[in-house]
Order: sequence, then structure tokens, then C-alpha cells
Amino acid sequence: MVVSTVPALGLALVLGMAFGWLLERAGLGNARKLVGQFYLKDLTVLEVLFSALVTAMLGVFWLDRLGLLDMRAVYLPDTFAVPQALGGALFGGGLVLAGLCPGTSCVAAATGRADGVAVMAGLVIGILAFNFAFDSLNQVYASTPLGPLTLPDVLHLPAGVVVGMVTMMALGIFTVARRLKRDA
Amino acid sequence: MTRYTDPYLAGAGIGLVLVAAYLLVGQGLGASGAFASVAAALTAGVAGTARASASPAVAPYLPNGVASPLTDWLVWELAGVAIGAFVSAWRAGRLARTIERGAGVSAPARVMSAVTGGALMGVGAKFARGCTSGQALSGGALLSAGSWIFIVTAFAAGYAAAPLARRLWS
Repeated sequence: MVVSTVPALGLALVLGMAFGWLLERAGLGNARKLVGQFYLKDLTVLEVLFSALVTAMLGVFWLDRLGLLDMRAVYLPDTFAVPQALGGALFGGGLVLAGLCPGTSCVAAATGRADGVAVMAGLVIGILAFNFAFDSLNQVYASTPLGPLTLPDVLHLPAGVVVGMVTMMALGIFTVARRLKRDA
Repeated sequence: MTRYTDPYLAGAGIGLVLVAAYLLVGQGLGASGAFASVAAALTAGVAGTARASASPAVAPYLPNGVASPLTDWLVWELAGVAIGAFVSAWRAGRLARTIERGAGVSAPARVMSAVTGGALMGVGAKFARGCTSGQALSGGALLSAGSWIFIVTAFAAGYAAAPLARRLWS
């Protein structure tokens, strides 16, 4: 989805600056720190990702409950089960090699890390390759369209219950992360 | 050099930025979309705008059939990420012209692995319709089923591939 009014673009810059500042402050512009998660040395990535996810999830959930946010006005991405599973697998493998994800590659590049620039170049190369091979990839890309599906729909549970489950899972991850830090 | 901020504090801050994006713009944060926007402009440049617009993978990035990364929300957001990160690292004394890599890895080998990993992530993010920011974080917080499929498969693949890439980082 492309949003392109002038106030929206200004807002994009400001929100992006806050996002980039916080990623750098947490140390996520450093590939060596980022891959620490995969060798169970440093779970900072998981701590940051899941505390951000839970904060936003609870924020949206309660703002919606209190009538302060119209959920229908928020863009919920469509689910495509098979290509998203395949895409996730390719992405995870690429992440181990790159050491940086698309957002943090910008943080790395902006703070002087040449490996960040290399990851950014790789991303453009990969997307270009995808675009030019699209005719033969489209069958997989467009398969299993399930529309704007949510976990509460899939599990047949009230949203509040799923929000609670995700929160508990995140707390479990935090416990493991803190234990690793204590033992280090 | 300033110490890194507590990860829970930084994470909660990012969560609040995301809520602000939902409230003010009606969509979450993203990163791979900005690269897709730039790549779409390049695709249109090579293949011609008419052919590029005919492809469902490129068309969403060519509003009215015109390549215009400069009017794409995500491109501005990612430019903001770079500015915010630069100012933060500058204030913290963490700006450094360097290549982050494992001790036993040469700089060219690290650059090659970064380009290869980036390309794999680019293809993956296209199939998944987003990356760590757009799917895992922004979609995950809205409990999108596809976002959670992405979170589970990305981390599973990462942990499965990590032992094979150990030499790269040790």
C-alpha cells in the first residue's frame, strides 16, 4: 500500500527517525550483536522485537476497546499461507548470512558499517531477481490467499485470549533471555 | 562510548512508535517495502513502465503507472530510520567506518555473505509480503495469521541454518 500525501510523508520521516534512533540505541545496528540470538549468546533482538510487538499489540487492543482507534481504518495485511511460509524460511536463512534485517541494515549503513551497505545492495538485487522471474514465481506467490485473516479467526478464540497467550509467550522468551544474560 | 539502552525500554519505545503509526497513518512500520519501491523503479526503467505495471509484484509500487519512490511513505520512513540511527550513534560515540564480522572472516568474504544474505531476504520478503518490520512486528501486533506464519518459519530457518554459518561469526 502506498500512502503519499505530503503531511503523511513528513510524518513518515519523523516516525522513521524515532524508529531508527531506538534500533541504534538498543544495539541492533551491529550485525555481530544481532546474530548472537542464533547462537544463544545474546537475545537482545528477541527482547526488543517481542517487547515492541507486545506493547503495540496491547496498545491497539485497548485503544480499540476504549473506542479510540477504529480497527477497520488500520491496514491488516492479507494472509497467503504457503508463500509466507516459504518467504519466512528464505528470509531466516538470509538473515543468518546477512546478520542484519532490511531495517537494521539501514541502521548499520547510516552508522558507517559497510556490511550494512552490502546487505542493502543484496536486498535490491534479490527483489529485482524476483521481479524479473515473476512470471514463473507467480503461481506460488499468489497461492493460498486467505484474505485479512487473524489468529483469533484461526483459533476460534476471542481476541483478548490470544492477546493474553502472545503476552505469556513473550514473557517466557524474556525469562530465557534474562537467564542467559545472568549466566554469561 | 555510551552503553546500549535497556532492550525492554527500547522495545516499548518502538511499540509506541508503531501505535502512533497505526493511529496517525493507518498502517504500521516497514522496511523491505522501501527496497521494493526502489527495485520497482529500476524494474520499470529496464523493462519499461507498461510491462512493469502489468506485473502484480511491481504494480503496487507504481501508482498511476508511474515509478515514484520519492512519494512512497515507506521510503521516507526508511530515510528517517537512517537519520535517526546516525544521530543516535553520533551522540553515543558509536559512528565507525568498519565492517562488522567474525574474527576469522576476511572483509571480502563478509561483504559476499552480506550481499548473498540480503538477496535471499529480498526474495523471501517478496514472497512473504514484508520483513521483520512490516510482517513480524507490524502485522504480528495486529495478530495477522500470515505475519505469525512468517515469524515462526523465519526463526525456525534461522536457528536451523545458524550452525552451518557458525564460521562466519566466530
